[in-house]
Amino acid sequence: MGTVGRTVGPVVVALAMLVGLLVLADAPPLEAMRLLVSGSLGSGTKIADTLVVWVPLAMAAASLAVTFTAGLWNIGVEGQIIAGGIGAAWASRTVGGPAVVVLVAAVLAGVLAGAAWGVLTGVLKTRGGVNEIFAGVGLNFAATGLAIYLIIGPWARPGVASTSGTELFREAAWLPTLAGYRIAPIALVLAVVAVVGVWGLLRGTRFGLRLRAVGANPVAAARLGVAVERTTLSAFAIGGGLAGLAGAMQVNGLHHKLVPAISGGYGFLGILLVLLAAYKVLPAATLAVFFAAVGVGASQLELRLDLDSALAGVFTSLLVLLVLLGRGLAESFRGRRAVGPSPLEDVT
Amino acid sequence: MALQIADVAKHYGPVRANDGVTFTVQPGTMHGLVGENGAGKSTIVGIISGNRQPDAGTITLDGTVLDMAGPRDGLAAGIGLLHQDPMVLGPLTVLENFLLGGAGGLRLDPADGRRRLAAVTEQLGFDLDPDTVVRTLTVGERQQLEIARLLDAGARVLILDEPTTAISADQRELLFAALRHLAADGLSVIYVTHKLEELAQLCQRVTVMRAGRVVGEADLPIPDAELVEMMFGGAPPPHTRVVTDPGAPLLTVDALDADDGTVAVSGVDVTVHAGEVVGLAGMEGSGQRTILQAAAGMLTPSAGAVTLVGREGDALPVRRLSGARRRAEGVELLPADRLAEGLIPGLSIAEHATLAGSVPRPGGWRGWLTDDAAARTVAERFIDTFRIKARPESAPEELSGGNQQRVLLSLIADDARLVLMEHPTRGLDLESAEWVWRQLGDRVEAGAGIMFASSDVDELLERADRILVCFAGRVIAELSGEAATAEALGYLIGGRDPEEAG
Repeated sequence: MGTVGRTVGPVVVALAMLVGLLVLADAPPLEAMRLLVSGSLGSGTKIADTLVVWVPLAMAAASLAVTFTAGLWNIGVEGQIIAGGIGAAWASRTVGGPAVVVLVAAVLAGVLAGAAWGVLTGVLKTRGGVNEIFAGVGLNFAATGLAIYLIIGPWARPGVASTSGTELFREAAWLPTLAGYRIAPIALVLAVVAVVGVWGLLRGTRFGLRLRAVGANPVAAARLGVAVERTTLSAFAIGGGLAGLAGAMQVNGLHHKLVPAISGGYGFLGILLVLLAAYKVLPAATLAVFFAAVGVGASQLELRLDLDSALAGVFTSLLVLLVLLGRGLAESFRGRRAVGPSPLEDVT
Repeated sequence: MALQIADVAKHYGPVRANDGVTFTVQPGTMHGLVGENGAGKSTIVGIISGNRQPDAGTITLDGTVLDMAGPRDGLAAGIGLLHQDPMVLGPLTVLENFLLGGAGGLRLDPADGRRRLAAVTEQLGFDLDPDTVVRTLTVGERQQLEIARLLDAGARVLILDEPTTAISADQRELLFAALRHLAADGLSVIYVTHKLEELAQLCQRVTVMRAGRVVGEADLPIPDAELVEMMFGGAPPPHTRVVTDPGAPLLTVDALDADDGTVAVSGVDVTVHAGEVVGLAGMEGSGQRTILQAAAGMLTPSAGAVTLVGREGDALPVRRLSGARRRAEGVELLPADRLAEGLIPGLSIAEHATLAGSVPRPGGWRGWLTDDAAARTVAERFIDTFRIKARPESAPEELSGGNQQRVLLSLIADDARLVLMEHPTRGLDLESAEWVWRQLGDRVEAGAGIMFASSDVDELLERADRILVCFAGRVIAELSGEAATAEALGYLIGGRDPEEAG
């Protein structure tokens, strides 16, 4: 089984299982597939909608590529997106002046808030000895709680205490969209910059090399003179900042207000993406297009076939599981045949 | 039962680890297997025990050709391999480890296991408490447990790969007695070693390997010179010791109390001078590692002070220095476990060179970037100078232990002033060890101070200007390298006073 087989195989199996599910749900599989494709890529509007979903996914993938490279399981990425959204909402509500000023302030505030949330996870790990997974899960709850508190408390719409969101920002704080489409070109450009920037950072800089060293063996990295704690915290700051950027894009580019579901699970989906892409940012960002398309297309299933759009989640999750399973099987298969990266010779 | 190894070949990429290896082990004998590093000894014992699969060739036991896909199959066929440092499960007890992987169905029968363990250990003359947690055992005791487990699982051929590198003299005697007993009972033992004296003590026959091939076989005893001739194709160069006058103090350890989580040391005073080699002797786990870790600033002392004299002549508390600053001051630590603590899996030698600061860093924004071409050039120079069998893009996990050590040595900064090492030549053959020390000697002549821990008494006597003997977390004696004898050192390592024991 070659590389192509390992990539295509799981997709075929996942599709087959999806067809099985559709048959069980009494829905016409071919029609469903057609709707998935036409619903995500069928028209300019649909493609724009897919790109709207791609932006936060790609940013989350870029964020996670940094932290995974440093050997960190940044489950807190979801909370960092929310923190970024809160930061951007704060700036959008308080900073006055022309659109350029407000938007730059909102994006900066979002990035800084996300980075701060990330560094907090990092400090809990390096200083408090709290595993970043637990710190991340805790801070995810905290971020969600903070967002809801702000929406029904201090930032509540006058006279209404509803969790549907704050008041809409004034239009100066809206990222300009293409006329007739929901996608903001600036958000798209920033997502591409984030992905390419992280790729370059990890591939061609001394800092990226230090991240990889700390991720692979912190003890040896320290011995070679790498400041492990500073590198870890930097990874959290950069990862958190990129997640915060995703939050700002959601708030200023899409909702134009703070809503409780700023992220809506894009962070977690990003983790799956990066796992699927073996921690490499460019493949992860490419896969994100596919994930976004499936997610957007699935809404058509709900409208036309009366199927729950959660089916999209089922499909993408199935795919991730199958790919990981395929990789694991391939490895154990190789292990039995005793080829692959085994030591040239041992100490004798 | 005779064990026949016929025409076994195994290659890893372009490297022929085994090339037509053929020899026979007679029942009831102890069969030595010797050869320098990378001769292919570990590969062939891995194949014999089912841990690795050969590309060609057969293993025949009692006339049956074995088809093994893993170590379980090897053990089922009656072949057990004892690793250098047996992989046992730390948090479990001796008895639980013994029961694991043993015969029997789903249900564990502790009472029966206890009886079997008692029977095996008594037969072997070992003294293992079934209820001790394995983590607290010494390497030697873990070996005893593993041997007991292998025999209980039905091993009729026992393979030992360098079993005495990390165990005490007493444990070694116990092991040898048990092995002789097993051979007398008709088991075959394959004994992999580089220690010629052990070969003479134990084995009846020896197979010598070089570069993946069998280059000689002989009945023992034969003169060492003949064996060395076979192993190296010539006698290794005689060792010449360069004695330099120690210079100014470089590192001062003053009334140190420290704990690395495994071994606590207390009241340790050491001074390392420029141009001096200080050896730390002692049984494994007597505090040498803790002292080195504290000296390198890798752990915080609970009392006392570790002070480094900086390049500017200023006194620096080592623990306060950042890793980068410490290296800038010229302090290097070469750990015992090269892959776990010394090198970074997945990073190439060229990337290690960049990380260690061996690749010149241009000014301005280019200094932030890696320079693949420059790193490659530096790595090629390292490979050339340190005779590393690798390519610049090789990752450390692809290298043999000896080559990993060479990479570590190559990464020492040119202007290093204090080199701290654990077991600098463990697992290296005589020639490589000699070569490593020649490199280190150059550093010492250039004014660097060295402090190293070793469990090899000969190495300590030959290389160290001063030897500090550690016992139970304290430094109990200090000897000058010239005045010390192996005998005196042996007594002190065992915690005894050579005068009284005399």
